[in-house]
Amino acid sequence: MKRIYLDHNATTPLREEVAEAMSKILFSEFGNPTSTHEEGARARTHVETSRERVAQCLGAKSAEIIFTAGASESNNTVLATLLDPELPRRGLITSTVEHPSILEPARQLEKAGVPVTWIPVDRDGRVSPERVFEAADRGPALVSLIWANNETGVLQPIQEIAAGLEHRGIPLHVDATQTVGKCPVDLQSTPIAYLSCSAHKLNGPKGTGCLVARGHSPVHPLLLGGPQERRRRGGTENVAGIVGFGLACQLAHVELSERIKAYSELRDHLWQSLSERIGGLRRNGTSEHVLPNTLNLQFAGAAGEVMVQALDLEGIAVSMGAACHSGSVSPSHVLTEMGLSSEEARSSLRLSVGQGLTLDDISRAAESIARVARRAQEASAA
Amino acid sequence: MSPDQEKNTGSDRILVAMSGGVDSSVAAALLVEQGREVVGVTLNLAGDTSRCCSLEDADDARKVAETLGIRFFVANYADRFREEVIEEFADSYLRGETPIPCVACNKRFKFDYLMDRASVFGAETVATGHYARVSKSSETGLFELRRPRDTNKDQTYFLFQLDQAQLAGTSFPLGDMSKEEVRLRAADLGLATAHKPESQEICFVPDGDYARVVEKIRPEATRLTGDLVDSSGQTLGQHKGVHRFTIGQRHGLGISSNRRLYVKEIRAKTQEVIVGDAKDLDETLAHVNQVNWISGSLPSAPVRARVQVRYRHAGVPATITPLPDQRAQLVFDEPVRAIAPGQAAVFYGLDDDMEQGERVLGGGWLSSQASS
Repeated sequence: MKRIYLDHNATTPLREEVAEAMSKILFSEFGNPTSTHEEGARARTHVETSRERVAQCLGAKSAEIIFTAGASESNNTVLATLLDPELPRRGLITSTVEHPSILEPARQLEKAGVPVTWIPVDRDGRVSPERVFEAADRGPALVSLIWANNETGVLQPIQEIAAGLEHRGIPLHVDATQTVGKCPVDLQSTPIAYLSCSAHKLNGPKGTGCLVARGHSPVHPLLLGGPQERRRRGGTENVAGIVGFGLACQLAHVELSERIKAYSELRDHLWQSLSERIGGLRRNGTSEHVLPNTLNLQFAGAAGEVMVQALDLEGIAVSMGAACHSGSVSPSHVLTEMGLSSEEARSSLRLSVGQGLTLDDISRAAESIARVARRAQEASAA
Repeated sequence: MSPDQEKNTGSDRILVAMSGGVDSSVAAALLVEQGREVVGVTLNLAGDTSRCCSLEDADDARKVAETLGIRFFVANYADRFREEVIEEFADSYLRGETPIPCVACNKRFKFDYLMDRASVFGAETVATGHYARVSKSSETGLFELRRPRDTNKDQTYFLFQLDQAQLAGTSFPLGDMSKEEVRLRAADLGLATAHKPESQEICFVPDGDYARVVEKIRPEATRLTGDLVDSSGQTLGQHKGVHRFTIGQRHGLGISSNRRLYVKEIRAKTQEVIVGDAKDLDETLAHVNQVNWISGSLPSAPVRARVQVRYRHAGVPATITPLPDQRAQLVFDEPVRAIAPGQAAVFYGLDDDMEQGERVLGGGWLSSQASS
């Protein structure tokens, strides 16, 4: 039976056009973009064309795009700039519901003596712009926020925060890994200093992504050892990956409005089918400011871990939250920070739709999820 | 999906508890050979830190699952394991007992919790690599738990708490095999775990230093002190807490004497450890509590059985008299040495056919003399 993949926030299937473009590069364009001979020049052209595509998708300038191995590297790179002793201001403001690739470096910064202000979220999963501004008035070096949460899909009020911080002259870094390809992102109209994203979340390849550093925002390379990316990221470019990323961005840019429509339709159908079948089903986080493709649901009394495994056996891929958390024993920090109990967090699942799914798939998945939820609720009640 | 299809996917599916050891690996392999849809599950009981039931063992189990081509999952129960097994183990030592955590671990984690998981998976049965046999009596219609063919590997002692519902949903594929056959089979199948050494008796005390584990869980135990006293009441020395002793212990008493002295009794309330000669350790009477009868019904009259008071114990014929509140009195036909509260007394059918394996009639927890 055809498997139904409802975990598009973990990663997405590669688009066929993207795979084709990448395999052409892998088979015929082996040059090193830094080399001056023809092989190198051709590879360089591919990298630069892709850079333009990514820039266009994000509303940035080509020179502002730094290719990395993905958003985790981009996030780490941005936070590492705060260790510079010559920075005019000190300190980081971030939220308690960030991805681990912000949380962990932020804790490292704290250990290194950089003050970090942690902004909490409300029951809806959102930070209050006022609290951010209050902290920003103490003059930190950077504010870093996740735009769309990977577990709940909740969108932070980035437009409002970006405007308020611009007014205060405090740079903002946005982790837009889940946002690009699912929501409009336009750096021309949003004053953001740094933005991170990953190709594999928008039907591109794994192992590539970018950091956008706007204007004269400083970047201290994490990887030293070469002139690549204007000395902001050493190491020979992942040419095929970059080409795949560029094309995935271009497709996402062109198809954005139809994707948003399609994802919303799939998600709404899923929510409706499930809430009809399962009593007391609750949605975690706001349903107003949220990605069009994500549902984070609480199945009261059921063990989420067991449901994920049982659904897998039924041919349906879902997760408890971040893929990195599967196999770990602690409940999702994103959900507990929103005020859920450990028990509630452990009974929650993340369902995220994406390309390649039909409404029929969703109907079939909803039946299986309802059946497994009932069995899981009975098992824990026994 | 039609109801028929659902039934088909569910009825053939079986969950196998895979520890990452050779026994459960072969148990899974045998079920695959029988054509069952096997789902391997490894318990992660230690979290990310400790060695036992660890992610390393899970990796071994995962490799075996890949070789067998079966689905595989990790079941995370570290929090519950700490609360229900490790903390209970420490508290039992501090009560002056000699706990045997494997019984509760088996019952709760391998049976209760995995059976719940199996039911969500649409599987009716949980199989394990235990050396034991389960069968349904055609006479009584009841499920029976019996010793395995390889009596050297007999693990029925750890399973005395199982009830009829659990036995109905349990399969022990190794019950009729010897350990040697299991190893050969694993090697034949090219399983990664074929030559893995036997696991420790208590998985979370890999170096055998019980006292250190108790003190880590209950740090207040490091401040305990008490007297070593002989049967006449004379103080022979001091000790650093009753959790460092077990009934029958001879070494590490920290006293010099021209007699061979053994721990005879542990009084946790007064932190007194009573020592005596070997003959003082002999008992013909004991009491057990939380008695489980495998048949599910309390015998109306005293029962004759072979009673085993620790894992490696040949067992002694005894008369078991059921008492109120799930308790029972045991009167042994001959003296039994070093009966330790906290250990299990497991009852085996005296007149059972050894070839089919003696039946486990039930068992209970040995209680201290003070409360008996």
